[in-house]
Amino acid sequence: MKIACNGKENGMVTDDKRVRIISGHYGSGKTEFAVNYAALLARQSDRKIAFADMDIVNVYFRSREVRDKIMAMGIRMIDSSIGAGADVPAIPAESYAPFEDKSYEYIIDLGGNDVGTIVLGRYRQWIDLDETDFFMVVNIFRPDTNSVEKILAAKESLEVASGLKVTGFINNSNLVRETTAADVLEGESMLAQVSQICQVPIRYTTYVEEIVTDMTEEKKEQLSGEVIPLTYFMREVWM
Amino acid sequence: MAKVIMKGNEAIAKAAILAGCRYFMGYPITPQNEVPEYFSRELPLVGGTFVQAESEVAAINMVYGAGAAGARAMTSSSSPGIALKQEGIGYCVKGEIPCVVVSMMRGGPGLGTIQPSQSDYLQATRGGSNGDYHIPVLAPGSVQEAVDFVKESFEIAECYRTPVMVLCDGLIGQMMEPVELDHEPTKREKVDLSTWALGHSPKGKTNTIINLDIDAPNCERENFRFFEEKYPAIEKNEVRWEEFMMEDAEYAFVSYGTTARIIKNAVKALRAEGMKIGLVRPQTLWPFPQKPFENKKIKKWIVGEMNMGQMVPDVQLACGKKEDVLFYGRTGGMIPTPEEYIDFAKKELGGAK
Repeated sequence: MKIACNGKENGMVTDDKRVRIISGHYGSGKTEFAVNYAALLARQSDRKIAFADMDIVNVYFRSREVRDKIMAMGIRMIDSSIGAGADVPAIPAESYAPFEDKSYEYIIDLGGNDVGTIVLGRYRQWIDLDETDFFMVVNIFRPDTNSVEKILAAKESLEVASGLKVTGFINNSNLVRETTAADVLEGESMLAQVSQICQVPIRYTTYVEEIVTDMTEEKKEQLSGEVIPLTYFMREVWM
Repeated sequence: MAKVIMKGNEAIAKAAILAGCRYFMGYPITPQNEVPEYFSRELPLVGGTFVQAESEVAAINMVYGAGAAGARAMTSSSSPGIALKQEGIGYCVKGEIPCVVVSMMRGGPGLGTIQPSQSDYLQATRGGSNGDYHIPVLAPGSVQEAVDFVKESFEIAECYRTPVMVLCDGLIGQMMEPVELDHEPTKREKVDLSTWALGHSPKGKTNTIINLDIDAPNCERENFRFFEEKYPAIEKNEVRWEEFMMEDAEYAFVSYGTTARIIKNAVKALRAEGMKIGLVRPQTLWPFPQKPFENKKIKKWIVGEMNMGQMVPDVQLACGKKEDVLFYGRTGGMIPTPEEYIDFAKKELGGAK
């Protein structure tokens, strides 16, 4: 049995809580998901949207690199006050604003692992649990999250470091351009077990439709949560 | 073994451990920090030793020590850090210490930027240390190749008793790709440790490693031995390259690492427009492949690098026609696009045919 999310088995991105924090293991695909999610929300919601790149771990492939594309979606972009190319963990004061200004939908793209969530400590008093979703992106082909036990351990370390409880999983299991439907389903199968154990739903499943060409309607029905087709924002055509 | 998704830096460290590397000494610098981070976590689990050295200079000299004792040892860094290691690399050459140095290039000169570059081609292939020497330099073009080349590097290092450099641009370290970790390297004959390594001396003999060769005639003799025996053997046995769409090519790009990936897309696009163009991708930068440049059908060679044209002289020497070699590159941490190479080829070669 699938675990329902926010009272619904399948919902739209507009059904998520006002503040969405995108977390996950290092290299799970958080940023690619976060930017795609923002694009979808911008299309479906009439409300103002802010997007914060709070990645203080990575030095390449951060959402601030596609700042212009995010702003072109009509989204308020908040990122390092020092500039895109630096490895200085600087987060601007502006990051507070969408916590307080509730007219905003707020998407926060964190760095990987427990260390990536540490940045949230500064905002803890502004984080209202009733209006916050804390999503964990999982790719079961990453060596550190390739079993039920490892995913549960990674979830716990994120929760301990952030002081938040994961409210939904994102099945982002992929082998980049070599991904097949079987790979996505393998992720589904493993995350479904995790979901049963910890009673946290799989909120979204993601894959690039042009790559996973063998995904049939029948196979798609086996996937949990809403399926979000991905477009590569962070990965160039030659990568 | 099933494929896994790994970041280049993690995969490099994992490959080294799989190759039997049990000693890593290094100093953190972006964009290769995941290498020491991975070793620090994983080496103790397999009985190895990770040392975060007090400096780059200390790190390479600790590698000298571990290598002198016959252990598989490695260090890694990025451009300014590799600059600091040069003295130690020269000492490893003179002491004939097998070891692997991974260089994850960023924009320079000086501290420069943390974004990817290839501007240490000359530093790697011409050496920043003193004296007459070469070291093998392998240039992977994907995370998979980085894994495979790290394993090969330990084999090469022990076969010829030399430091080996794996030269990557920062993107190879930061990119995530599916990899298979169980590719076996080509086994090469290893110089018997009892003949040279410290702590492996046979009874009645004491192995020594001496860097100060105060007797000039002997110092010269040793240099002659390197240049008459060791280096020709490496040039003969270890040179590698890939040819992409070269069968009927009239023009060719020459590129390595991430830039070669970008150029492959440009080649495909130009081919679709009817231009007979291909790519020669050196996988070893020293020894530099000569054979692909014997191709007399090629009218123009376009060198593509993330630097100001450091490989150009090697291509000119290899093809023998200075005027036939063109160059387009970006530098200082900027990454060229396939479109830039498409436009350059069209402009310089007179449009698609």
